[in-house]
Amino acid sequence: MNTMNKDTSHINSLENEAIYIMREVAAQFEKPVLLFSGGKDSITLVRLAVKAFYPAKIPFPLMHIDTGHNFPETIEFRDRLVKELGLELIVRNVQDSIDEGKVKEESGKYSSRNSLQTTTLLDAIEEFKFDACIGGARRDEEKARAKERIFSVRDDFGQWDEKNQRPELFDMLNGQIEHGQNVRVFPISNWTELDVWSYIEKEDIEIPSIYFAHKRKVFLRDGLIWSHSEFVYQEDDEEVLERMVRFRTVGDMSCTAAVFSEASDISSVVQEIRDSTISERGARIDDKRSEAAMEKRKQQGYF
Amino acid sequence: MEVLKIATAGSVDDGKSTLIGRILYDTKSLTTDKLEAIEKTSKQKGYDYLDFSLATDGLVAEREQGITIDVAHIYFSTAKKSYIIADTPGHVEYTRNMVTGASTSQASVILIDARKGVIEQTNRHFFINNLLRIKDVVVTINKMDLVDYSEEVYNKIKADFTELMSKRDYQDQKITFIPVSALKGDNVVNRSNKMPWYTGQSLLEHLEALDKKDIFNVGTPRFPVQYVIRPKTEEFHDFRGYAGKVYGGNLSVGDDVVVLPSQTKSKIKDIYFFDEKYETASRRSSVTITLENDINVSRGDMIVKADDLPVIDKQFTANVCWMDSTQLTAGGKYVVQHGVNKVLAKVDKIHHKINPDYSGIEENVTGLNVNDIAQVTFKLNKPIFYDQFKNHRTNGSFILIDTQSNNTVGAGFIQ
Repeated sequence: MNTMNKDTSHINSLENEAIYIMREVAAQFEKPVLLFSGGKDSITLVRLAVKAFYPAKIPFPLMHIDTGHNFPETIEFRDRLVKELGLELIVRNVQDSIDEGKVKEESGKYSSRNSLQTTTLLDAIEEFKFDACIGGARRDEEKARAKERIFSVRDDFGQWDEKNQRPELFDMLNGQIEHGQNVRVFPISNWTELDVWSYIEKEDIEIPSIYFAHKRKVFLRDGLIWSHSEFVYQEDDEEVLERMVRFRTVGDMSCTAAVFSEASDISSVVQEIRDSTISERGARIDDKRSEAAMEKRKQQGYF
Repeated sequence: MEVLKIATAGSVDDGKSTLIGRILYDTKSLTTDKLEAIEKTSKQKGYDYLDFSLATDGLVAEREQGITIDVAHIYFSTAKKSYIIADTPGHVEYTRNMVTGASTSQASVILIDARKGVIEQTNRHFFINNLLRIKDVVVTINKMDLVDYSEEVYNKIKADFTELMSKRDYQDQKITFIPVSALKGDNVVNRSNKMPWYTGQSLLEHLEALDKKDIFNVGTPRFPVQYVIRPKTEEFHDFRGYAGKVYGGNLSVGDDVVVLPSQTKSKIKDIYFFDEKYETASRRSSVTITLENDINVSRGDMIVKADDLPVIDKQFTANVCWMDSTQLTAGGKYVVQHGVNKVLAKVDKIHHKINPDYSGIEENVTGLNVNDIAQVTFKLNKPIFYDQFKNHRTNGSFILIDTQSNNTVGAGFIQ
């Protein structure tokens, strides 16, 4: 029989912590949901949830807030994963929020649907009366996220009161809330980007093909590599090039920049991350808007 | 590779953020884009040096006031260890954040400004580290460059701090003194040649050398049941697994166990981690356990070895750190969350307040204010299964939840 050495190894201790958090969510809340974007972090969450509840199924649905501008590879992957694991998937569309006049599409050179997701997300939380939303945010990603709790309480308006957060001591997670409030839960808070990639490699987790090097039509702007697509505004003088690229984070096409890469399999991706001198969110166009861009979005209920 | 969690404590302007920034810089953990942002902002502010504190002070209010106001988590790794730093603020009013940061840490760094020496804040930082029984404390004497790297200054501070150590409750705590300059990089990651009188390790060398068996608290095995797994599928029709995390020690297949509070006896049948069975569940692993007998076990129950029971009682006395702006008073009702178990509790008696600066105790206290630490007896509406905090960090600690606001309003360490 196997012997367990889960005591000290770094990735195992992070896995044990995340599984513990998943189980706390299922036990403490009535209607949890796992926010699924099709990115590597939320795919990792699904794997951790599968492990946490085996041999039972994951006791909550997945929800995708679809901007309509996603990479088609991500959507295909999402649908296949849900089918294979027999999970329930809820999809809510930013396009519907636009059609209903709740949000206004941005226009111009830097237009993106990324920040519009917040309204669609908050409406969906209210529609389904979700009391806990599990997300793949990590504290190493960005400086406002470094302050985030594992159980982070949001008020009736979905807002984050960063100056008045509940202290979290030892392993104890306090999920008690009032009616109308909800909790954002971050099981991989303490993971770094490299931890996630190492885990994907170790567990042999399938991820969308755009994370690996592929030939893509791109253009260059502000030192970033943008996808050439009908969803991304492009100036006439911004020349379309065909290059080998991959994505380090996968969000909406309009807010995710690519990196030049030849890394075509998981071990070369892990090596590339190890050697990289640029942070992951260095390729997130949405964070470049201002120094406090993430903090402002989070206060308004962004994930 | 191991993971080591470290809490940092220091007063305003002791240079805590600069120290962390320095560690990140010298271990090449700062990425080019982050470094460029620091260079740009430092230049805008007119500094002739790099302001590393910008790497950690995340919130807008903090950048405006130039201080750290909440616990921030910082990650870096070396070839040997993976580090998580809980950067906790040092102001008097933020004791609660320090307790929070220290609660998940195995080692801690207390910063002292070489120009100021041991001040009241230092007493508090040390008191909390000792109260939480952090096993390894590094007293880092910073800004040595501003006192001409003087051995005399260092020795004076060391002597003052050693006097403080005689007052501590937890005497086995290991304490190491290191003179550094975070701004100049002396003895932080690399050893300094400016202090030939100091022959010890740099701060990072010290942390790298910490052995896991010396810094983790080990007790006896406790298995609080988090969640009952009942798949009700054809393949696992009768499966009834108890999901939880093992604390204190290991549990093995065949162990004679008792389920609390029912005191029902059984044996461990299988230990699952995902779809694999294991002979032994090691401490801090999140496993699923099945028992030989079909007995009724639910969340909040605890599985322990039959020959090693915790205290089972409807009351306990604890040192409480109060964290809320409302007062704790005798007769007040709260939810005690002890691990994953919740019970209703009533404050029976506040015995005395303990001044966290080692200046003694205050008796005849009617209420506790935010950041007060006191010895309190609670009566519970049903029994819990606890160990003394000094013997079991996990099973000897709890949080207090306000029944109205639902906020976490205090933390306690059972005596």
